[in-house]
Amino acid sequence: MVESPSESLAETPLAALHRELGGRMVGFAGYALPLQYPAGIMAEHLHCRAAAALFDVSHMGQAELRGEGAAAALEALTPADVAGLKPGRQRYGLLTSPSGGILDDFMFANLGDRIFLVVNASRKEHDFGLIAAHLPQGVTLHRHEDRALLALQGPGAVPALARLAPGLAAFSFMGIGSFDIGGVHAIISRSGYTGEDGVEISVPAEQAEAFARGLLALPGVMPAGLGARDSLRLEAGLCLYGSDIDESTSAVEAGLVWSIGKRRRMEWNFPGAERVRDELANGPKRLRVGIRPEGRQPARGHTPIAGADGAVIGEVTSGGFGPSVGAPIAMGYVARPFAEDGTSLDLMVRGKAVPARVAPMPFNPHRYAR
Amino acid sequence: MTEMRFSKDHEWVRTDGDGATIGITDHAQNALGDVVFVDLPEVGRVVEAGEACAVVESVKAASDVYAPIAGKIIEVNAALSDDPGLVNREPTAGGWFFRIEPADAGEIAALLDEGAYHAFVDSLA
Repeated sequence: MVESPSESLAETPLAALHRELGGRMVGFAGYALPLQYPAGIMAEHLHCRAAAALFDVSHMGQAELRGEGAAAALEALTPADVAGLKPGRQRYGLLTSPSGGILDDFMFANLGDRIFLVVNASRKEHDFGLIAAHLPQGVTLHRHEDRALLALQGPGAVPALARLAPGLAAFSFMGIGSFDIGGVHAIISRSGYTGEDGVEISVPAEQAEAFARGLLALPGVMPAGLGARDSLRLEAGLCLYGSDIDESTSAVEAGLVWSIGKRRRMEWNFPGAERVRDELANGPKRLRVGIRPEGRQPARGHTPIAGADGAVIGEVTSGGFGPSVGAPIAMGYVARPFAEDGTSLDLMVRGKAVPARVAPMPFNPHRYAR
Repeated sequence: MTEMRFSKDHEWVRTDGDGATIGITDHAQNALGDVVFVDLPEVGRVVEAGEACAVVESVKAASDVYAPIAGKIIEVNAALSDDPGLVNREPTAGGWFFRIEPADAGEIAALLDEGAYHAFVDSLA
C-alpha cells in the first residue's frame, strides 16, 4: 500500500511538521505520510518499546454516531457487542459482509451521548458510506474530517502525558474520555496498535501541529513513522487491513472471534453469521498463524508457504524483520492441519525454501495497562 | 587501491588484482535504511551486466542489487551474513557484496566516475 509521493496525495494537518523533522514522505492510503524520520525505522521502533513514540495517524477516519438507537444501528453491520459497551470504554470490532468476509476493522467507543468511531484510512469512504446507508430515523453520522489523530505509544507515553491530562493515569487499557489540555479539546483513549501501553488522541486539526510540538517536547518522546508502526504492530501480532484481513477472510480464519460479542454469538444476527457459525462448529479451512523463519532472511507478504512435501498450503500476509525480536517474523494463512504451534513449514522466498515454524503471537509480549 | 566507478543503480565497482569488488553506495544504503539481511549470489555464477544477482533486505522492504558489469562471481562477503549492518556503517569498505572476474574490463571504464555519479544523485533530488 506504499506508493510513490505524487501531487494527488492528501496531506494531514501535521504535513509541515513532518517535513521540518526530516520525515521521508511516502504515499499511504492516499495520504503523504512519513515512512521514517532521520533516526530510521529500527531506532524509532526500539524507542517506542523503551520510551515513547509519536505517530501521526490523522489519515484514519474519525466519526460519531448520535441519536437513540445508534448502538443497535451499528450492530446491524458488526458482530461486536456495541450495546453492552459501558460509557468511557472503547472496543475493537469488525465490519462484516453478508458472506462473512471482513469489510474493515475499527475502534468504537461509548462517549456517553454518542459513539466515537475510528476506521482505516483506505476504507473510510466505504465504511462511512455503508454506515450512513443503514441508519434508522433519528441516528446520524458525523464525520470528523476537521480532527487530527495522534498516537503516543510506549511505556513512557502515559507517564509523560499524565502531567498535562490529570486523570489519564487512572484509565485502564481501552478507557476513553475528553480532556482539556491547554485549551485543546482532546478525546484520549488508552489504546493503540503497537502492543505497548499508550494513547490515541483526537484533536481539532487547526490545533494539531502546536499540540504535536507540545507532545514532542515531553521527556522521552520522539517522532516515528509508518515503517516503525508496521514493524511494531507485526511484532504485536495485530492485523493490517488489506494485507492480513480482507473481504475474503472470516473472523474465525483470522483468529478474531474474541471481537465477536458473547450475546451476538447467541443471537447470530450479524452479517455473515452463517459462515462464522459454520466455521466455529466445523473448523475453518485455513487459519492465521504466526511464523518464525529460521536464520535472518525475512519473508514478505505474498511469500508462498509449503508443507513438508513441497505442496503450497498457504501464504504469508505480512512479514519482515522484528527489531525487538531481533529476528525475522511473519504472519499468514495456512491450511488448518498446519496451524499447530511448532509445525515445520517452508517459506518459498524467491524460489528458495526458507525453513520456518508456526509460532505463537504476539512475537513481543503486549504491555497494555490492564 | 584504484579509482571507484559507479552505476546508475547505485552500485560501486573497484578494480583490484584479478577482479572487481562491488557494493552499494552510501546514497543507496541511506535510502534503504537499516539492512537486516543480504542474499548473495553463488560463487561461480556467470552474470550479465544489469542482471539482478543479490537482494538487500531492510526492515521495510527487499531490493535487488544488479551486477554493474558482466562476469563471473568469484567471491562473496561472508561477513554480511552475521553483520548485515556493515552495509549501513561501511558501505564502500567492509560492507562490500561480491567480487566479479570481469568479462570485459572496458565495461568498468564505461561506468560513471565519482563526479558524474554525484551529479546523477543530485539530479534525483
